[in-house]
Amino acid sequence: MGATEYTLGQNLLVILPEIGLALLAVIVLGLDVGIPGIMRPLSEGRKQLTAVVCGVVLALLAALTLLLAPGTETIPQGFYWGGMIRYDVLAQLFKVIVLAAASITSLMSYGVKGIGRKPEFYLVLVVSALGMTLMAGAADLIMAFLALETTSIPLYILAGFKREDTRSSESGMKYFLFGSFASAIMLYGLSLLYGFTGHTNLYDLAGYLGGGMFANNPVPVLAAMVLVVVGFGFKISAVPFHFWTPDVYEGAPTPVTAFLSVASKAASFALLIRFFLAVFPNTLVIGGQDIQTFWVQLLAASAVISMTIGNVVALAQKNIKRLLAYSSIAHAGYTLIGVAALQSTTLNGQTQAVASVAFYMFMYMFTNLLAFAVVVVFSEATGSETIADLAGLSRRSPWLALLMTIALLSLAGIPPTAGFVGKFFLFNSAVGSGLTWLAIVGVLNSIVALYYYLVVIKVMYVNRSEDENKPIPVSRPYVWVLAITAIALLLLGTIAVQPVFEWAMRSAGSLFAS
Amino acid sequence: MTEAFQFPILSVIIFTPIVAAVVILFIDSEKRDLIRGIAITAAVIVLVLAAAVFFGYNARVPALTEAQVTLTSAGGDQVATTLFERGLAFEEKVDWVPQLGITYHLGIDGLNAPMVLLTGLVTVAGVLISWRIDDRTREFMVFFMLLVAGVLGVFLAIDMFVLFFFYELAIFPMYILIATWGWVKLREYAAMKLTLYILIGSVIALVGVIAMAIAASNFFSGDGAAAFQAAKDAGVISQNASTFSFDMTHLMAAGEAGAYSAVNYLGIDGMTFAKLWFPFVFIGFGVLAGLFPFHNWSPDGHVAAPTAVSMIHAGVLMKLGAYAALRAGVQLLPQGAQVHLPWIVFLTLINVVYGAFIAFRQRDFKYVIGFSSVSHMGLVSMGFASMNIIGMTGAGLQMFSHGAMTALFFGCVGMVYDRAHTRDIPSLGGFAKKMPWVAVAFILGGLASMGMPGLSGFVAEFPIFQGMWAASQNISLHIGGFTLQNYYSIIVIIAALGIVITAAYVLRVTGQVFFGEFDAKKYPEVGDIAITDRAILILLGAPLIILGVYPTIMAPMIESGLRPILALLGGGS
Repeated sequence: MGATEYTLGQNLLVILPEIGLALLAVIVLGLDVGIPGIMRPLSEGRKQLTAVVCGVVLALLAALTLLLAPGTETIPQGFYWGGMIRYDVLAQLFKVIVLAAASITSLMSYGVKGIGRKPEFYLVLVVSALGMTLMAGAADLIMAFLALETTSIPLYILAGFKREDTRSSESGMKYFLFGSFASAIMLYGLSLLYGFTGHTNLYDLAGYLGGGMFANNPVPVLAAMVLVVVGFGFKISAVPFHFWTPDVYEGAPTPVTAFLSVASKAASFALLIRFFLAVFPNTLVIGGQDIQTFWVQLLAASAVISMTIGNVVALAQKNIKRLLAYSSIAHAGYTLIGVAALQSTTLNGQTQAVASVAFYMFMYMFTNLLAFAVVVVFSEATGSETIADLAGLSRRSPWLALLMTIALLSLAGIPPTAGFVGKFFLFNSAVGSGLTWLAIVGVLNSIVALYYYLVVIKVMYVNRSEDENKPIPVSRPYVWVLAITAIALLLLGTIAVQPVFEWAMRSAGSLFAS
Repeated sequence: MTEAFQFPILSVIIFTPIVAAVVILFIDSEKRDLIRGIAITAAVIVLVLAAAVFFGYNARVPALTEAQVTLTSAGGDQVATTLFERGLAFEEKVDWVPQLGITYHLGIDGLNAPMVLLTGLVTVAGVLISWRIDDRTREFMVFFMLLVAGVLGVFLAIDMFVLFFFYELAIFPMYILIATWGWVKLREYAAMKLTLYILIGSVIALVGVIAMAIAASNFFSGDGAAAFQAAKDAGVISQNASTFSFDMTHLMAAGEAGAYSAVNYLGIDGMTFAKLWFPFVFIGFGVLAGLFPFHNWSPDGHVAAPTAVSMIHAGVLMKLGAYAALRAGVQLLPQGAQVHLPWIVFLTLINVVYGAFIAFRQRDFKYVIGFSSVSHMGLVSMGFASMNIIGMTGAGLQMFSHGAMTALFFGCVGMVYDRAHTRDIPSLGGFAKKMPWVAVAFILGGLASMGMPGLSGFVAEFPIFQGMWAASQNISLHIGGFTLQNYYSIIVIIAALGIVITAAYVLRVTGQVFFGEFDAKKYPEVGDIAITDRAILILLGAPLIILGVYPTIMAPMIESGLRPILALLGGGS
């Protein structure tokens, strides 16, 4: 890549959020064990404060990322750090998603037994977020893989964080085994791409793949592509790479599940879009075969089965976290509809497709975090995660029930929540790119999904329970989490649609601009 | 867009219940009377503003009609769309998501003005009849207010996205209201069935509308570039508009210029966009109007719902389906309507006759009314299928008439049930002695429903039959090589027999419930009704009489709203 040379200052400015994350990790470590001569550790009784510190700092970093608008005089859009990182609006948007998710997750961990009082938990969380922000901007095979691993390894630890809880240990182990396997397969795909071209920059690969030894035979390139798809499929928990999801989601500490389901998924979608558009663009034709058609069809097929299997299996779930796990598989499917819509022949169509995915991930972050926050509050108070135990919640804690309802409605795609607009954008871009059938599969699936969300709502509002007059206590950090996410959801479904969608459109535009 | 500040009356109508819902949410749940007070205040504001809009628009109708006739006879490009665009009043237009052509566009025309008034009436009645709900009053009122806001939003929307937004917004409160406050035996099943049926229909229609917007955009930026300019020059689309929009005027202009009638759509021989998508859009919304064979959710839903919800459900929500089917189906895809309505009319006939027969067989008071709604809503769709001004005006009147009438019925049933604690018709009897007001109101509704002259039912049903009869010569149905002609007249005759059955079940129920011996031991609580209940009966009963003796209050208005559609259908005026 004949990259423009930027000054060191510009280079540093681009990774300012990452630097901030690294510093935060050090500070958290200081809060835990202290740094000789600089910091004293928090006393045992106050270790919970780490959650608040992390939450606030991460939120500030998200705000900082918003300020670091790419495309300006100070930070032009382009390749930094020798082509390792691309900074554009898409990277900015997904970094904000990851940082906001991490911030909310920290606050959400505040009162959770077994993790809330352990600063090392937040340390690992911050490092994982660091990996994800790098994923959002990775423009090189090596950077992409490093970022993926920096994300994944802390996540394995987080999933198994409650060592004394066998389900959590099982979850961590399962996630690790599946995850390292998927990483290895993906790495093999990446190494093939490197082997074929001798280049590692994503944006260079396409030029070499089109010519030379591949002029007539698309098979090697397709093989590499399939291997990469496996890796991404695992990260976004799309069928048929989803087998880890329910067990890991159920076993992991709930805040970790929340983080996993939104931040990890969002960062993976960011990388996925960038990767496929850069490496296998629609201009890439090998042996008369349009390579884009292959991955679009692959992802469209995966979208259909992810939605269908996710939703159908979710119907039978009795545990709320498992239900949300299957729902998250289905949501990976919905989002893949937007990715498949990249087959659109017009630039505007492709822009809309990317924008709809970005918007969906943005609103899905708030939606799922709200749902999981309610689950955390509920299960910490009652020790239960089964749907049946939610009975009578509307009498017991009317606000919690209402907030859960808002989250579930957003997942189901019912206005005035953000989910409706998000789904509308996805289906709109699908129909616009000629995938009307996929949009119809999507809307019918959203009806199936509505059924199990409504069942949960019904349990909360209609069913009676003996504990009805025992209100559930909600401590201060949770009030913030619940209020912020719920308000964000309602705003994103109504008046904030326009600015955020406009941002998403710009982020999509930045992908196609040189 | 006018420079001067205009009072956004339509937004105020929609947002009054939403604001009320939010305010109620923050009130202590024990302060039930305060909650009820806020709800009724919001409902009355909605009614007053709706009446202001209705009569304000009504005052313009004579001038509008004259202008419409001149415009129609002058002919030229974009006549229908111009008619529609000029007919809109109290317009509000704000960009929402301009990249996707979504505008927050509200407006009133001859079709939705009566519907908004009806919603206002039923809302007030609904809040009044829910006065004695003590179980989680706060949550009940919040969801009820959201439901009302959703319904109003659908009626007032001129942008298809906004229409869907409010359409789906109305469904969820419906679910929770029925499932939580409904009749214990049936509520969970009925609420779920209702929600799934309605949403499946609407999401299919949603995909159809997205496809429509995309077809319009492709047309306007391709073959129809000249038509796009012509529409801009005619003033129906603003000069700086993009080709992609969900605005009804935009979609209609595209349709009138031929965007949906290009042949070989999707490479299928002889297929056009309108032909392929019309059934999905029309029937998709028709599900909510109880169109056979998708009516099954409706009686169960009515029966399971608490009284206020039954009232708004049968009274207003089912009209939502018919209204949206008319707007998105017939108005935007008229070429599809001409192909498909001639067979859909058979479904409406089944609605009318089958609904009436089933109603006749019911023992449960509420099921009788539930199936009678299926039957009467069939007449609305049948009126659409006539595709001429007489029949469609009848359908418009029937929407209003049936709304008030069926809300009145459900109100009466609710009042009886609250005091007798049973709805089993054979075990009731003699209630006229104890509840004379209810008896009178029920008989009034019953007479209206069987089409007694002097009441709204006659004013509505007669034109439907007349329109169908008149349409008979023009409409034929081709099935394979076989052509069916003049069958509309046969349908009218059979449908008119359905009215006879209506008379039979209404009289049977009236006789058994309100007359005969009253058993004071069995029903110790039965006594005359409270003053609020009387207000409900007056509020819903009066329109039946007023419309019956003075149809001019509404008919010309509905006609003015239909002229754009008829200009497209070529049905003449």
